[in-house]
Amino acid sequence: MAVQNKVPKGVKLDHISKIYKDPKTGKDFYAVHDVALDIAPGSFVTLLGPSGCGKTTTLRMIAGFESPDEGEIYLGGEAINALTPNKRDTAMVFQSYALFPHYNVFDNVAYGLRLRKVPKDEITRRVTAILKLVELSGMEQRMTNQLSGGQQQRVALARALVVEPGVLLFDEPLSNLDAKLRVQMRTEIRRIQQALGITAIYVTHDQSEAMSISDQIILMKGGVIAQMGSPMEIYYHPVSEFVADFIGECNFLKGQVVSSSGGTTVIQLPAGKAAVSTDKVSTPGEEAEIVVRPEAITIAETGMLPCKVELSCFMGSYQNYHVRVGDTLVKITDNCPVNRRIFSVGEEAYISFDAACAHLL
Amino acid sequence: MSKRQSAALDRKKFFGDPVMVITIVILFIFLALFILYPLSMLLVDSVLIKSNDLYSVGAYAGDAERVYYTENGDVAAEENAQIFALLTSPDGSLPDLLAPLYRSTGLFAAKAQLKDAGGALYLKVVNSQDKSAYIALGDLDAVAEVPLTYQANNRLVRDMNGIDPATLCVHIDSSSWTLDTFPRIFKDYTFNNALKNTLVLGGLTGLFSLLIGLLFAYVDVYVHIRSRVSKRLFDVVSMLPVVSPPFVLSLSMILLFGRGGLITRKLLGIYNSDVYGMWGIVIVQTLTFFPVVYLMLKGLLKNIDPSMEEAARDMGASRWKVFTTVTLPLMLPGLGNAFLVTFIESVADFANPMIIGGSYDTLATTIYLRITGGTYDINGASAMAVVLLFLTLFMFMIQKFVLEKKTAATLSGKASRVRMLIEDKSVRYPLTVLCMGISAFVVLMYIAVPFGALFKLWGRDYSLSTRWFEQMFREGGWKAFKDSFLLSIIASPITALLSMIISYLVVKKKFHGKGLIEFVSMLAMAVPGTVLGVGFIRGFSGGIFRTGFLQSIYGTGAILVIVFVVRSLPVGTRSGISALRQIDKSIEESAYDMGAGSGKVFMSVTLPLIKDSFFSGLVTTFVRSITAISAVILLVTPRFLLITCRINEYAEKGEFGVACAYATILIAVTYAAILIMNIVLKYFGTSRVAKPSGE
Repeated sequence: MAVQNKVPKGVKLDHISKIYKDPKTGKDFYAVHDVALDIAPGSFVTLLGPSGCGKTTTLRMIAGFESPDEGEIYLGGEAINALTPNKRDTAMVFQSYALFPHYNVFDNVAYGLRLRKVPKDEITRRVTAILKLVELSGMEQRMTNQLSGGQQQRVALARALVVEPGVLLFDEPLSNLDAKLRVQMRTEIRRIQQALGITAIYVTHDQSEAMSISDQIILMKGGVIAQMGSPMEIYYHPVSEFVADFIGECNFLKGQVVSSSGGTTVIQLPAGKAAVSTDKVSTPGEEAEIVVRPEAITIAETGMLPCKVELSCFMGSYQNYHVRVGDTLVKITDNCPVNRRIFSVGEEAYISFDAACAHLL
Repeated sequence: MSKRQSAALDRKKFFGDPVMVITIVILFIFLALFILYPLSMLLVDSVLIKSNDLYSVGAYAGDAERVYYTENGDVAAEENAQIFALLTSPDGSLPDLLAPLYRSTGLFAAKAQLKDAGGALYLKVVNSQDKSAYIALGDLDAVAEVPLTYQANNRLVRDMNGIDPATLCVHIDSSSWTLDTFPRIFKDYTFNNALKNTLVLGGLTGLFSLLIGLLFAYVDVYVHIRSRVSKRLFDVVSMLPVVSPPFVLSLSMILLFGRGGLITRKLLGIYNSDVYGMWGIVIVQTLTFFPVVYLMLKGLLKNIDPSMEEAARDMGASRWKVFTTVTLPLMLPGLGNAFLVTFIESVADFANPMIIGGSYDTLATTIYLRITGGTYDINGASAMAVVLLFLTLFMFMIQKFVLEKKTAATLSGKASRVRMLIEDKSVRYPLTVLCMGISAFVVLMYIAVPFGALFKLWGRDYSLSTRWFEQMFREGGWKAFKDSFLLSIIASPITALLSMIISYLVVKKKFHGKGLIEFVSMLAMAVPGTVLGVGFIRGFSGGIFRTGFLQSIYGTGAILVIVFVVRSLPVGTRSGISALRQIDKSIEESAYDMGAGSGKVFMSVTLPLIKDSFFSGLVTTFVRSITAISAVILLVTPRFLLITCRINEYAEKGEFGVACAYATILIAVTYAAILIMNIVLKYFGTSRVAKPSGE
């Protein structure tokens, strides 16, 4: 579908920082600190992190609503620090949709085109095409308050898309929708982004949303980038406890390195030994921490490490266990446990995990 | 770490938006020029004293036609030569002065008077070559430029009629800074009396308005009222003062209770009743202002959670006990707030004390009389205006920053559920009857006005006649309506647009000086009209800073329109701000992000979203302007006839029939304006105002 005629632009954040004043103490602090990013044209990048991590501030700096205190922002190779939002080739989809309540759907979507003095018949053509893309054909004359949340979301998306921005910005666009619609809409957004090949920067605090939608995730904490990489990299190779914990549930097992060779490191834990596949070479005796996801652990009558079951809970699609390994609490999700033995609280058992599924911090 | 880069970028972005920059600059100039500047001129005038030193001028009687004489009798200085007047102090207490005349002396004002004396006068002058000459005073008026510091005193010159002109005197003005004016006016009996009167009046009006307003609010919120008529009556009573010009109640008070009053004389047979004075004003002001209190307190009472009072009842408190121990303490800051609002209104009120005050002068009327009366004491009037200004400002600050916050703190949020209304007959009957009585009285007062215009001769002949209306139209009625209407209708869109722009900037934009804009537009709310009027006289009669710049607007319709705008701006801004706070900021951000500049965002998104507020600002300004009197009465010139000033004029002359005829039509016009507003808002108003979501 030839809706997008323009070449998507790349975005480069050259070590940008933003300083705010703490309203309580009156002291300056970095809301965003030294964020360096290079977003390839046409890619879908998510800024992910807990509230207050600086992700929205970063996005608003790209849009131009805030000005960086350090560094420069480039859009398609052009420095845009001094440009006002209306002069930037960006379009933003807001958390609250920010539809114009006094316009109908058509006029909302046509707003940006009219500002650009696009001829009338071309406006009609482009608005119709984009409304078809977001599956809102036939709703042109509706007022925005006659639309459901999901439809309003689509109008907001269409309004941003129709101006063919160099980069599309999303500020937690799905947080006002219910869970089911959220899942549906994120697939939709991804489909449209792929169809148009547009560059998108997406802000969310929902890790599953980030995983499902992005080419690349930038996880932020306290104003700095904690880790960036593909969803899979971030999930299976977190660089810190924070990253591991923020992206899905995680178990941490502390111990000392016994041996490290040939891509496998063996760790001595209080309860026993465990092997981890890793490229990292460690010296024996070094402190180490194994990161292993709950679904990567199996529980059985025999195995690697002895444990005691503290919680056993049937969740429908899986059995949820909390077991004590030495002093450490380990969470396990045992998928499809019907054909296996289900352990109950107080029982002794063993846990095991594959060396390839574990990761060393 | 430093915020320098973002500050620089923000500045760059700010100046990259010329529409907004220009708007803000214009706004600053407007507010500075028409609010801050006149008020600061008052301050200056109260401490900058013009001294008047008496000099006699060498002037001779003669009969020649010639203009300049030397001592030898030749024609004096050539064209453009500098000439001086030799001024000597008659009692020898001051050194001689050579007054540079720049081909004028400022004595031109004396011309007419001197001609009356029958003989031509000559002024002895010395030119730059030290030659003395005599100028025929009859020619001096032809010279336009008057050196500012040398001005003759008209009155003294007038005293010269028929006297030996050799003793012609001039007063040489010079300026000096002093704080003496304040001690002077504080020793002045008239001022002290007026100040005392103003405070007593404010206190009494505040108190009575509070009591009646509280009664109405309590009955409305707590008591079950059966009849629909009484509900409707409440609404009418609360709306009447908004619709009516400020002095209507004074008029009807005189009509009903004055010496020839319908009630006092006709019904009760009292022939010597005297409504003029303190109690007259208190009654009229209370009836005018209590609806404001009623509406304020009604809102507060509705916010009190009924379960609190039910809990007290449940623990055994009587209804009276609940009222005094729960309801009243909760309301206390709100009551204080309402009291101060009324107090300020009463202190600033000009029209009622003017019409019904008699010899009971308040600050507002005293200032007016100082300026318009025989003693043109501008320093005194300015100092009094400063006192009045500080009085209202002080009250306003307490009200705004202390009581309003406290009110919000104790009574925020909504009542959890519907209140059980009081059905108890022993409570219901007396309270309802009392309210109905007061309402009926207010309505009666308003009805008296049109009848005052329709009766042939109030107090004597109660047959219907149109003679007062005829007299009104014969004596410039059409012009008065045309002028008032035209000026108000010009002021309305300006005010409405300006207040929406101010609210937009204050709520949605970040820039230096935003606080100042907010403060100044709020300040205008606390400034009494009389003070503003005096400020405009002092600020513009001689042009900006007495330089003559912008002097041309003085005495024109433009200055009246500006006064209307300034007087209504705070009301419009307040409603605009509260409307804009309801709108999610990302709606405007999104338009901005799509490529619209500030001007476009405002016109295409903001204004349509707050058009209700805009429209009500339009009508409010119109109504306030067409009924305004306190500031404009000081500024109006015979070129413009204003309805309100005409009413005041006729009321002062005792021609109440014509005054009522004007007032009747004025009420009809304002009522029609409000009616139109309500209809338009009902059919074209938006219910689709976006509420902030998420977050």
